[in-house]
Amino acid sequence: MSEFSRIFAATTVALGMGLSPLAAAADQIIIGLQQEPTTLDPTADATASIDGMMTMNVFEALTIVAENGEVQPNLATGWKISDDGLTYTFQLAQDVTFHDGTTFDADDVVFSFNRAMAEDSVNPSKSIFKPIESVTAIDPHTVEIKLSRKDAFFLFNMGQGDSAIVASESVDTNNTNPVGTGPFKFDSWTRGDRLTLVKNPDYRDAAGVALDKVEFRFISDPSAATAAMMAEELDAFPGFPAPELLVQFEADPRFRVNIGSTEGEVILAMNNSKPPFDNIEVRRAVATAVNRDEIIEGAMYGQAVPIGSFYPPHGTAYVDLTDAYPHDTAKAKQMFTDAGVEGTTMTLRVPPFPYATRSAEIIQSELAAAGIDAKVENVEWGFWIDEIYKKKNYDMTIIAHTSPNDMGNFARGPDYFYGYDDATFNDLWGQIETETDPAKRDALLQEGQRFLTDQSVHVFLFQLPLLGVFKTSVEGYWSSAPVLYMPLKGVTNAG
Amino acid sequence: MWYFIFRRTAGFVATLFVVSAVVFSVMNILPGDPALTILGLDATDDALAALREQLGLNQPVLARYVSWVWNALQGDFGISHSFRVPVSELIAERLPMTVSLAVAGMIFTLVIALSLGIGAAARHRKVGDWGVMFISQIGIAVPAFWLSMLLVLLFAVKLRWLPPGGFAGWSDPVAAMRSLVLPTIALGVVQSAVLARVTRSSALEVMRQDFVRTARASGLSRRRVLWRHVLPNALVPIVTIVGMQFAALVTGTIVIENVFYLPGLGRLIFQSISNRDLPTVQALVMLFAAIVVTANFVVDLLYVVIDPRLKART
Repeated sequence: MSEFSRIFAATTVALGMGLSPLAAAADQIIIGLQQEPTTLDPTADATASIDGMMTMNVFEALTIVAENGEVQPNLATGWKISDDGLTYTFQLAQDVTFHDGTTFDADDVVFSFNRAMAEDSVNPSKSIFKPIESVTAIDPHTVEIKLSRKDAFFLFNMGQGDSAIVASESVDTNNTNPVGTGPFKFDSWTRGDRLTLVKNPDYRDAAGVALDKVEFRFISDPSAATAAMMAEELDAFPGFPAPELLVQFEADPRFRVNIGSTEGEVILAMNNSKPPFDNIEVRRAVATAVNRDEIIEGAMYGQAVPIGSFYPPHGTAYVDLTDAYPHDTAKAKQMFTDAGVEGTTMTLRVPPFPYATRSAEIIQSELAAAGIDAKVENVEWGFWIDEIYKKKNYDMTIIAHTSPNDMGNFARGPDYFYGYDDATFNDLWGQIETETDPAKRDALLQEGQRFLTDQSVHVFLFQLPLLGVFKTSVEGYWSSAPVLYMPLKGVTNAG
Repeated sequence: MWYFIFRRTAGFVATLFVVSAVVFSVMNILPGDPALTILGLDATDDALAALREQLGLNQPVLARYVSWVWNALQGDFGISHSFRVPVSELIAERLPMTVSLAVAGMIFTLVIALSLGIGAAARHRKVGDWGVMFISQIGIAVPAFWLSMLLVLLFAVKLRWLPPGGFAGWSDPVAAMRSLVLPTIALGVVQSAVLARVTRSSALEVMRQDFVRTARASGLSRRRVLWRHVLPNALVPIVTIVGMQFAALVTGTIVIENVFYLPGLGRLIFQSISNRDLPTVQALVMLFAAIVVTANFVVDLLYVVIDPRLKART
């Protein structure tokens, strides 16, 4: 026994001795991410954390979207648009090299686009390349892209991870060893644990990059994420998973909490393709039965902005339609009775995201008060993708649509899981996606919002917030995310 | 003896074969679509079709199973659908983490449980005995994930003695050991509480026997009698439980690896199931099954070593 206790005591001392977490030097940052990537190529996998780490840090695209949603030059230093809006001529940045030393020029742009548009392409947003007719290198620093139709979102789409410029020399290994032109170079990756980037000394604006080293740690469990921040193992958790745990950070002077907006509209989707939700009056009754404020308070601890249609509140074309169907349980009950569905049972199949599972419980009780028995079924993500998304085997579900400019979902035809198909809206969306004048496009987008609310296609609940926890030493992070990436170029950590 | 080993090996192979068929059919019956999981909700139909072709998902299920078995027999477990690297590479990089944790958990369990169990038996119906029984009762009742959170709050957040999670590998042994302390305790507490109680009751049983009294009467010290005579004779039930516990420790790492964000096999299998990454799930379930079957096999062999009288029966 004494032998044991001696060894035990010695070990304890050895392990306890010092080496408290490495104090991060001023030019480094350790960032926590909830979602773990499986590959590192944003042009071949839709996992959001790939964009979060790689896009605009390691990989760059022709354009970049700024925090306010504005499209700015990036690898393309400028562009000319022909009068018919169909030909874009991009001037490319000069003296740019990929991280492996190969030169960036017009051929890389042509290669990247042809790869994304090819028949065997597995680009997760292949549809954004659909309007492109041809991509031609005019000279090493000029590229001409011809479109088959006008595309309102073309320059915006050219600034996404899906349209990142890759090199033919390194494309096959980008999955595990990403090579781009960005301000940071990939350094190392321990799958499931951490990923490290280092500053690219050859970056064309190297002086504008403050951080020498960036380390991402993958922590999926919210309480583990809280502990890691509290123990100061991390400097930042830009997409914090649990709104209910933010209070303790707000009360702690070591941390700063940021509550911003994302492009994620959370909706209570109703299957428009089958009864009872093929009946607009039933859909309107559900919208009347639901109380957004109660849902935001209960499911998001008050940290979300309500929406009345399918458009983000921070967008330039936003109209507030949250009062279109004021919450009124008695009226909803009457509407359900009039439609002949009072007392029926419906399924509410919910994917495993806290915003969805928590909202479902509240919606269930709100519908119960209005005489509808909603059966909540919590399903796993793979099941949701197959049964709800692919096979439309559901009555209601709750999901966030996180892509920008995604009102076109409602024009995806009867096979899309909404089961919604309306010639008027399809026509309207056709006008929106080809209208290149911003003022006219915003007017059309407002018409679209009003139309979808009037049709009550789904119940539009709230905009998914961007919850971030940062040490006070961290500056320069975006407070809202108009896209899936968050550039680290302007981030500093002076702690 | 050789017949025994041959029989067990045949059983081992048959078990793995059945497991592989079950996993393969379950993963194919489960609703899900690996291609859609990878490309997300904005993917176009032709991109999904191209990816399914790449992943070989367009072939009939039976053909895929047969080619999987054929390749597995040659040591090739295929390419992970979601990670796009060979499954063997994924397992090789994560195995050290899980094995380190399971072995550390086992050592912790044995040291704590045998000391407490024998100690309690020696102090039967005294304060020490009641104390051990009380503590082990609490140990059994406390869920591992909750204990983990308490340990992290105290030792990582409050005292800052140990990291709250993560594991950077064995290249820095001190950091690796520091990372393993809290997960090992969280993993081992329940198991050692169970084992301490088994050890105590098994030891008490033996202590009632005549040879113990004879040993004491012949002048051996209490301590010598306990460790040299009581413990070896009490081992058969203890080893049975330890064998089962090793399997529980290996599977228990799934929860612990999530709470302490450790890059081990437990987290990998969890992630692969939700991604419908069939080749990875298949290989991992086979590996876990092999570990459990092997543990049982080792226990059976140990019986013979501990108690030579059992040899005649095998």
